[in-house]
Amino acid sequence: MITSFLLKSLDRSIVVVVAILLGLAIAIPALNLLTAPDHPLHVPTFLVSLFGKYLTYALLALALDLVWGFCGILSLGHAAFFALGGYAMGMYLMRQIGARGSYGNPLLPDFMVFLNWKELPWFWQGFDMFWFAALMVVLVPGLLAFVFGWFAFRSRVNGVYLSIITQAMTYALLLAFFRNDMGFGGNNGLTDFKDILGFNIQADGTRAALFAASALTLALCLVLTTAIVRSKYGKVLVAVRDAESRTRFLGYRVEHIKLFAFTVSAMMAGIAGALYVPQVGIINPGEFEPGNSIEVVIWTAVGGRGTLIGPIVGAILVNGGKSIFTAAFPEFWLFALGGLFVFVTLFLPKGVVGTASAYLARRKAHRRAADAENARDNLVAEPMAAE
Amino acid sequence: MNQTISQTKPKSLLYLDGVSVSFDGFKALNSLSFVIEPGELRAIIGPNGAGKTTMMDIITGKTRPDEGQVFFKGDIDLTKRDEAEIASLGIGRKFQKPTVFESHTIWDNLELALNRSRGVFPTLFYRLTAGDKARIEEILSTVRLSARRDDLAANLSHGQKQWLEIGMLLAQEPELLLVDEPVAGMTDAETAETAILLKEIARTRSVVVVEHDMGFIRELGVKVTCLAEGAVLAEGSIDFVSSDAKVIENYLGR
Repeated sequence: MITSFLLKSLDRSIVVVVAILLGLAIAIPALNLLTAPDHPLHVPTFLVSLFGKYLTYALLALALDLVWGFCGILSLGHAAFFALGGYAMGMYLMRQIGARGSYGNPLLPDFMVFLNWKELPWFWQGFDMFWFAALMVVLVPGLLAFVFGWFAFRSRVNGVYLSIITQAMTYALLLAFFRNDMGFGGNNGLTDFKDILGFNIQADGTRAALFAASALTLALCLVLTTAIVRSKYGKVLVAVRDAESRTRFLGYRVEHIKLFAFTVSAMMAGIAGALYVPQVGIINPGEFEPGNSIEVVIWTAVGGRGTLIGPIVGAILVNGGKSIFTAAFPEFWLFALGGLFVFVTLFLPKGVVGTASAYLARRKAHRRAADAENARDNLVAEPMAAE
Repeated sequence: MNQTISQTKPKSLLYLDGVSVSFDGFKALNSLSFVIEPGELRAIIGPNGAGKTTMMDIITGKTRPDEGQVFFKGDIDLTKRDEAEIASLGIGRKFQKPTVFESHTIWDNLELALNRSRGVFPTLFYRLTAGDKARIEEILSTVRLSARRDDLAANLSHGQKQWLEIGMLLAQEPELLLVDEPVAGMTDAETAETAILLKEIARTRSVVVVEHDMGFIRELGVKVTCLAEGAVLAEGSIDFVSSDAKVIENYLGR
C-alpha cells in the first residue's frame, strides 16, 4: 500500500530533481572535504553552510506549497512552525554544551544561570536526548498546527481572514519568545552551540554532513508531498481549493482534509527549522517576525505555486539573489524583493517553473498537432499518387 | 393539511413540516410543508424570492431552520446534521450555477464524486478498482461525455458542465437528488436532452427539480409544487397548477 502510494510520485521532473538533490548531497561535501583549499573546484565551508541554509528554506517553501498551492490556504505564519522546529533543535544543542558554557554549570544553559534560575524548567527536560528533541521537532509544530487548524477550519475561517490570524499567531509567538521568563533565552535566543551528536558543530565534516542531511531530507519530503498530491486525497485538496462548498456537498469533510495537509505541512516546516539552526548557529525570536512568513510566500510565488518543484527553485533563486544583492547593494535589497514580487504577480502568475512547464506543454501540443497534420497530408497525397 | 402530512411521514423519503426561516426579518420560508415519496420526480416552480433555493439549503444542511421539522427516510432528522453528513446519507445537490472542479479532468471529477470512503486516509491510499472504473465509464456514457474524459472540466461548454455535474451526482449514488435550475442557459436541444436525462435518472431514485422554464416542466410531465412567499401555493399536475387562480396571479400572470 505504502510503496504503491510512493511510486505514484515518480514522474520524470520529480525524478530529475530528486537525482539532482542526491547528487548535490554527495558532490558538495566531497568538493569541500576532498579537495585542497587552493583547488579551483574547492567549495569553502561557509558556502556549504550557506547552500545548506538555502535547502532548508526550500523545504519550508515546499511545505507552504502543499497548503497554499494545492489547498488554497494562504498561511502567513509558516515561519512560526519553522522557528518552533528550530527552537526544539536549539534546546538539544544547548543541553549538549553542558559544563562548557561561560558559567560552567553542567545542567543549566548560560542564560538561565544569568537569570538566577536554580533548576531546569520542566519543558527543558528530555532535550539532552537527540531522539526526544527530534520527536519534538515534528510534534510541537504539528500539534500547534493541529489545534490552530482544528478551530480555524471548523469555524470555516477562509481566505484573507485565515491569513490574518496566521500572522497574528506568529506575532503572538514572537512576543512570547522575546520574554526572558518564557525560558527560551529571550531576545538573544539560543546560540554558542558546541556539538551535535558528539561531533564538533564548527568542523568541516559536520557542516558537510548537515548539508547532505538537508539535501536528503528535502528530496524525501519532495517525494512524500508529490505522493500526497498525486493521490485521490491530493485531488480532493485541489477540489477544496477550487470549489469548497461543492466538495462539501459531495460528502467530504473539508475541515479534516485541510487539517491533515496543514499539520503535515507544519511538521515539514519544523524539520526545515531543525536543519537550519545547526547550520546558522543561532535561533532567536526574530525568526517569528511576520515578515519572514511573507517572504516564504514570495519564494513560493516566484518559483510557481502548486508545482512542488517551483518553491524549491524559488527559495534558492531568491535567497541566492539576496546573498549577492545584500553584499553588493545592501540598501536596495528590499526594493528588489518587492519589485520581484510585483513583477512575478503581474507577468509570471504561474512562477518560473509554472511558466516554463506551460511553455513546454504548449510546444508539445503544437508539435503533436503538426504531426497529425502531416500525417493527414500524407494520407491525402497517397491516393492521388496512386491515380 | 398538517393532519394528512404527519400520517405520510413514516413512508416518505423527504418530509418537511412547518419549516420557517428568516434572514434579517425577511421570512424566506413561511411554514413550508411538503412530502416527497420514494421514487418520485417532482418539479418546484415559483417566482424569484419564493424560497426555492432556501428550501434546498435547509434540506442539504447549509441553513438551519428557525422552526419546523425536516426528516429524511421517515426518521433521520436533517436539521441536526451538516452538509457532508447529509451528502453521505444520500442527498445530492446540483447548484444553480454549474460547479465542477475546473482544474480536474472530467474523469477525476467523477472519481472524486464516486460514492466511496471519503476520509483522509482512505483517499490517501485509494486505488482505482476495475469496478470503480466501470462505474465511471457507465456514468460518462450516461451524461454523454465519454469522448472528453481526459479534458479539463474548465474547457467544457456551459451545458456540458451542467451534465458533468449531474454525472457527479449520479456517481454519488444519492437516493434523493435536488436539482436547481438544470436548464438555465441551455439551448433548446440541450434542454430536451436534459429532460430525457432527468427522467432516466428518476427511474432509480427520487428527484426534485427547481425550474423556471415552463416548457421544460411540461416536457418532464410530473407533479408540480408552486411556491410563493415561502409557502406552498398549489400542488398537482402542470395543467392543474397553471390554471390555479392564485398561481396565475402570483407567478404566471406577471
